Amino acid sequence: MTLNDLNINLASVLPQLLVTGLGLLVLVLDLFLDKKSKAALGYVSIAGLLVILPIAFVTVSPEASFGKMVMADPFSAFFNVVFIIAALFSVLISMDYLKKVNVQRGEYYCIMLFATVGMMIMASAADLINLYVGLELMALSFYVLVAYRVDERRSVEGALKYFVLGALSSGVLLYGISYVYGFSGSTNLAQIARYAVNGAGGNPFLSLGIALIAIGFCFKIAAFPFHMWAPDAYEGAPTPVTAFLSVGSKAAAFAAFLRVFITAFSGVRPQWSGLIWTLSAATMVFGSVVAISQKNIVRMLAYSSIAHAGIIMIGLLTYDTAGASSVMYYLLVYAFMNMGAFTVVALFIRDGGAGESISDYKGLAARRPGIAFLMSLFLLALAGIPPTGGFTAKFFILASAIDAHYYWLAVIGVLATAISLFFYLKVIFYMYMKEPDDYQQPLPEADFTYNVALLAAAAGTLILGIYPAPFVDMAMEAIKPFFNFLAF
Amino acid sequence: MEQLFFYIFAAIAVISAICVISLRNAVHSAVFLIVCLLQVAAVYILLRAPFLAAVQVFIYVGAVMVFFLFAVMVLDLGTEKLKQHIHSQGGPAVVIVAAMSAVLGYYALKGSITAPLGEYNEAALARNTEVIGRSLFTQYIFPFEVVSVVLLAALIGAVVLVSRMKAGGGR
Amino acid sequence: MLTLNHFLILSLALFSVGVAGVLIRRNIIIVLMSLELIFNSVNISLAAFSYYLQSLNGTVFVIFNITVSAAEVAIGIAILVLVYRQRRNVYVDELNGMKG
Repeated sequence: MTLNDLNINLASVLPQLLVTGLGLLVLVLDLFLDKKSKAALGYVSIAGLLVILPIAFVTVSPEASFGKMVMADPFSAFFNVVFIIAALFSVLISMDYLKKVNVQRGEYYCIMLFATVGMMIMASAADLINLYVGLELMALSFYVLVAYRVDERRSVEGALKYFVLGALSSGVLLYGISYVYGFSGSTNLAQIARYAVNGAGGNPFLSLGIALIAIGFCFKIAAFPFHMWAPDAYEGAPTPVTAFLSVGSKAAAFAAFLRVFITAFSGVRPQWSGLIWTLSAATMVFGSVVAISQKNIVRMLAYSSIAHAGIIMIGLLTYDTAGASSVMYYLLVYAFMNMGAFTVVALFIRDGGAGESISDYKGLAARRPGIAFLMSLFLLALAGIPPTGGFTAKFFILASAIDAHYYWLAVIGVLATAISLFFYLKVIFYMYMKEPDDYQQPLPEADFTYNVALLAAAAGTLILGIYPAPFVDMAMEAIKPFFNFLAF
Repeated sequence: MEQLFFYIFAAIAVISAICVISLRNAVHSAVFLIVCLLQVAAVYILLRAPFLAAVQVFIYVGAVMVFFLFAVMVLDLGTEKLKQHIHSQGGPAVVIVAAMSAVLGYYALKGSITAPLGEYNEAALARNTEVIGRSLFTQYIFPFEVVSVVLLAALIGAVVLVSRMKAGGGR
Repeated sequence: MLTLNHFLILSLALFSVGVAGVLIRRNIIIVLMSLELIFNSVNISLAAFSYYLQSLNGTVFVIFNITVSAAEVAIGIAILVLVYRQRRNVYVDELNGMKG
């Protein structure tokens, strides 16, 4: 293989390189700051990410680079933007949160940026090796971030559960990859796609590989019955990390899911559509039903994120540009609305677990009308009420399911949405209709960073709800090449 | 002849793996894991991948297992203080795993290689190490670089988690 | 004559033992060791496929796996140390601080 065949194109991985560089910069700057001023690192990260955001948006090259390992197509550019948005929000709300829980160490931002790099590598991977390495970079960073409050029992406990199940799922995923490799003789997605069409439907290696890879991804997106780690890891982790985990890591896993299943395994779709159908339906119902009984708001949002994963999975099944692009659109909207909700949660959480219970939100509307209003907006968006982005996203996914004749799945999706209204409205009911238990308890003030995060999230949620067309078109354009993948 | 060696290695590997998960003393488990990993290295030799065998011995048996033994010794996890070293749901779990491996085994044995063979036949693999080195720095250069970030992240992460913070949140 | 199936069955056996270990053992360090068994079983099957397919992909993948799982062990043991510091024991089923 000559150097020209390799197509070493640094521009195609520019966003990844820049975010890695930013992480290293933060790591070095950390040495020169005393513990009082660690928040400066957060501002450096934010400034850096804001510069990288437009670059990530435009870095597109039509050809696979680095020996067909990396695919910097519009699809990965779209997801890079989602990851950077998620990282921006998480860093923004981390600065005050870390001060509050007294964990002021600068490495936090560096590891968060490395997790972002891992996600970006996953989304742009054109080869299973690259995909796996990116996934591990993301996962390892998250194990550390979840355990970051090293003196807090729940943080460590959640991290341990996340670690053991995460490593187990990596093992299952790898085992699946090894069988797919045994089937096709290559780990390159384009190569696999070429073999997975010619009457390969019954090949046992391929069936085994697809099933195991699907299970591995389902662990990462926390689909039922592979969700066991999620509620504990979400509850134990520092709240900004929980937000990043639920938005960023889920979007990255879905990006990989879409790329692998729609490009590489498209030729043998009947093999996996039944499995995904079942998992999707079970996840939607399970997440919505279990969320009802939750008393802790973070756990409630954890189960709600499980239910959302189930709904997003519908878009994998439909196998057309409408379904796949609505997955991407949903993840973009989800980044804004979920980040918004978690910003409010992070604001009201105090060291030692106060402010985590849903009953702590009683009477919030009387004491903090602005924040109660925004929280209601985010919760209604998560529930899928117009005119928010949550509604349009759910609408596109369910419409694509109906177009593809998945009527039962659409019905289950609507039912799960109806059930989910119950627990989202419960919080709103508490905020507006109930008296606070304790007026004496002072509420934390929202400082500058929270206000920026809240307003940005609210703006994103509303704009995506009212004027979705350009973003949907963008997702459509990005996903289109996947469906004539076999042509090149 | 090769077959005989394979059966010996495989038998030792599986038996020592079972010892790893069934013995009470964590030090014994770690030693049996070393035995098991050495058999895996031997299997790599049978698969004409001496470089993998060397890496296996250096990294797994050398670095990783020393790390494990170190953790076991330092934290004094040697013998489990309670009588119970297996979960209360251990029985059903074993049944489920047995069922799972039966299914996996059925599919694995039914399959056979259908893809066209590549260019790395026995003759090409005689220069195994050279071939791997060359491809790591050409075809696989990007994941190779990413792995360096993975290692850096793990390094920072492990240090951050374990180093004790002084009161007040400083270093 | 050694065939691919020999290696696949060995790999499956180690994989199953590893998964069983993760599920049944209470001691976290043994759970971590079982995870290593799983990664090694995958490596055997990748190396075997690589040999019988006469391609290099699998062999290179094994190298990446070994490196990444070494990094994973480092994080795993760091978390184990944290658990030990808080509880003075490392039993999985005593980690039940969260319910729901």
